[in-house]
Amino acid sequence: MQTGKMTPYIKTGAIWAFVVLELIFFSVAGEFMSLSDKAFMDGDNMLLLLKQSAPIGIIAMGMTIIMVNGNIDLSVGAIFALAAVVLLDSMSWAAFAGLGDWVIPVSWALALLTGIVLGAINGLIVWKTGVDAFIVTLGSMLGFRGLVFMYNGENPTSELNWTLVDFAEAQFLGLHTATWFLAIVTIIMWYVMTRTVHGRNAYAIGNNREAAVNAGIRVGPHILINFMIIGFLAALSAVVFYSESGSVNPNDGQLYELWVITAVVLGGTKLTGGAGSIVGTLGGVLAIQLLRKGLGHIGADTETVNLVIGLILIAVLFLDRQLNRKGKEELKT
Amino acid sequence: MTDQTPALRLEGIVKTFPGVRALDGVSFAVMPGEVHALMGENGAGKSTLMKVLGGIHQPDEGQIIVSEVPTVMTSPLQAKSKGIVFIHQELSLAEELSVAENIYLGELPLKSFGRVDWSKLYAQTDAILEKLKVGFNAKTRVGDLSIANQQMVEIARALTVEAKAVIFDEPTASLTDAEKVVLFDVIADLKSNGVGIIYISHRMEEIFKITDRISVLRDGQYQGTVVTAETNEEGVTQMMIGRKLDLSRAAVTHDVGDIALEVRDLSCGQLYQDVSFQVRRGEVLGFYGLVGAGRTEIAETLFGLRNPSAGTIHLDGNEVRINSPADAIEMGISLVPEDRKGQGLVLGMNCRDNMTLPQVSDLTAGPFVAEGAEIAIFDQYRDKLDIRTPGWKQTVGNLSGGNQQKIVIGKWLSMHPNVLIVDEPTRGIDVGSKSEIHNLIRELAAQGYAVIVISSEMPEVLHVSDRIVAMYSGKVMRTFTSEEVTEDNLIQAISGITAAPKVA
Repeated sequence: MQTGKMTPYIKTGAIWAFVVLELIFFSVAGEFMSLSDKAFMDGDNMLLLLKQSAPIGIIAMGMTIIMVNGNIDLSVGAIFALAAVVLLDSMSWAAFAGLGDWVIPVSWALALLTGIVLGAINGLIVWKTGVDAFIVTLGSMLGFRGLVFMYNGENPTSELNWTLVDFAEAQFLGLHTATWFLAIVTIIMWYVMTRTVHGRNAYAIGNNREAAVNAGIRVGPHILINFMIIGFLAALSAVVFYSESGSVNPNDGQLYELWVITAVVLGGTKLTGGAGSIVGTLGGVLAIQLLRKGLGHIGADTETVNLVIGLILIAVLFLDRQLNRKGKEELKT
Repeated sequence: MTDQTPALRLEGIVKTFPGVRALDGVSFAVMPGEVHALMGENGAGKSTLMKVLGGIHQPDEGQIIVSEVPTVMTSPLQAKSKGIVFIHQELSLAEELSVAENIYLGELPLKSFGRVDWSKLYAQTDAILEKLKVGFNAKTRVGDLSIANQQMVEIARALTVEAKAVIFDEPTASLTDAEKVVLFDVIADLKSNGVGIIYISHRMEEIFKITDRISVLRDGQYQGTVVTAETNEEGVTQMMIGRKLDLSRAAVTHDVGDIALEVRDLSCGQLYQDVSFQVRRGEVLGFYGLVGAGRTEIAETLFGLRNPSAGTIHLDGNEVRINSPADAIEMGISLVPEDRKGQGLVLGMNCRDNMTLPQVSDLTAGPFVAEGAEIAIFDQYRDKLDIRTPGWKQTVGNLSGGNQQKIVIGKWLSMHPNVLIVDEPTRGIDVGSKSEIHNLIRELAAQGYAVIVISSEMPEVLHVSDRIVAMYSGKVMRTFTSEEVTEDNLIQAISGITAAPKVA
């Protein structure tokens, strides 16, 4: 029982220890193996790393509350793509032609609304049918992706608005726009999870759903709200990213759900729900981005990066299982 | 019982868990060709005993002796190889596989290169099924069978070895009357083949119909073995719940107020029918009956977890519909559930968060939880209920049963409910804490709460209740006042004996 009490701290601490380890390793290894003259821990490099963490990171904050609930959302990559299409396409709609640069907030709002509505669809189905969230969002992942292709076929949807690009590329106090969004989302979600009734209920439901129901918590609406939150965050991630790039391919965002889940799980959130933290998730997001960037820095190719991340994920889950086993009395299955 | 060597003998089995002596010197013997009933209320130690027999738990003391050979059980599979076979209440079958594959799961007959010898498998299976006279064959998919027939598959599994003793755990729980007849035939068959049978059930009529002897456990202690033909339902009930109760009522006198809750002709399908009662403020209404009498189901209905099929519920004279626990809580009905760990507490959360869980949405400052207010509530009820914990940060899973129960009670008291329902208030709680909880319940009534206590323990229900509703098989047999009630008339009522005042 004592381990059960300590593991959250060990786990949150462990992922940050791992982040530090990565920094040291890549700095040292970079000295000998890197093709570039720049140090790995170079300031610009680190700022870029944070910026590149944002698309996955923003969604991962929403996935944390979904997974603490004991659910999962596989459709975030498709929501990401569909929100991007809505954002870029709506900027060129004739109806908004007279708005000038005011089209930007309107398109942003439309894209974010798209995310919330798609999330609400997921949440409503999970609530009202009682079908497992894994199955529901597996279906909506395919369905939402289908909508993306219906919209513009195999063609990319593009719209470059230079005001928007300037905004997206701006640096305020050194941090890029995308990094600011990640930081703000992280702080808000941290407050939600640790300081609000909603966060408290999320842990209670994931830990013991029956006891939560018996305490009068309305579990269905709670779950619906969480799916709307993650839908919103998937759309926000798209909005931030595509404001800069200005072009979305119908396949964009594929496998995002898996990267997001990897980051959340690395950060110590249990797949069965009831335990997890925003701080841990942030560590998981940075750990993955550091691995990608660091392995690239010392000359590894993408395939190697994926192989290493896969191995690390399994190693972490194995360690987690060892930590959580309740001694020898646990049934062997 | 021609053979004098017992098929299975237990000698002084002791098993303790932290804080609980689950089995305390249990000894009895099952003869070949005997149907031996094992009885006891929930928590009496039957399941622990079965786990010891199946090698899931190792006894601290005592011996298991199979055909006069002391045996150490290490797993259910090993127990089976020694001839001890379990037919569980919850079936453990692979529904997608055939009957034959299920019966020989893990021991499929093989040909060369690890190929399954299907023809041999089916032939062996059909031979066993023939003995059982069932209406399906070896190739039937288990998922397509009725529950009764699935049970037959479990029994068939037992027959693949030379069984010395077969243990049936509540085998008729989900069977129809016709299916029971078939099961009893099979048991008679086993019996005539010299197999010893341990039959665990709460159903008296079955016990008296098919068993030869009855052994009774209570609070982990062996109460004795009687010959079925020489006793009756009342005698067995008394062994199960114990006599010589010397619990005098705490001398609390207070006024009883208005009717807080009234239930009229409430029914819920097969679970209970035409239940009517009233609870007044300042009164403890006890519900007493054996397992399956429908008491918990009534509580679940009042708490919005079940919808009644007929009847009405009135709070302070107004008819109400309660569709969910959230509704119930809003109306001031609270439930301290039977299964504290499964239904009452979020074990991974700390004491404070558990205590304020139902009302945390009212304890806010702006968008955030007002943790100061929460801690104040926790401190108040920790002192009031004397909850022993190092502090509010302690994870509830680390507390003792008694303190956990106080957290659940404190959780509801802090919301000042109109009606407090406590289902099995002292299950799994050590003796010292039990009387504390009992006093607490009396005190709450004195403070003007309307309290419903559901209990399977007669001393408890006699001790805390002002009036007692006796239930038997889904029906209210009688409502006693504390002056009227005696052990004898209460036992008669919950055994379903109402017609004759004297026992034959």
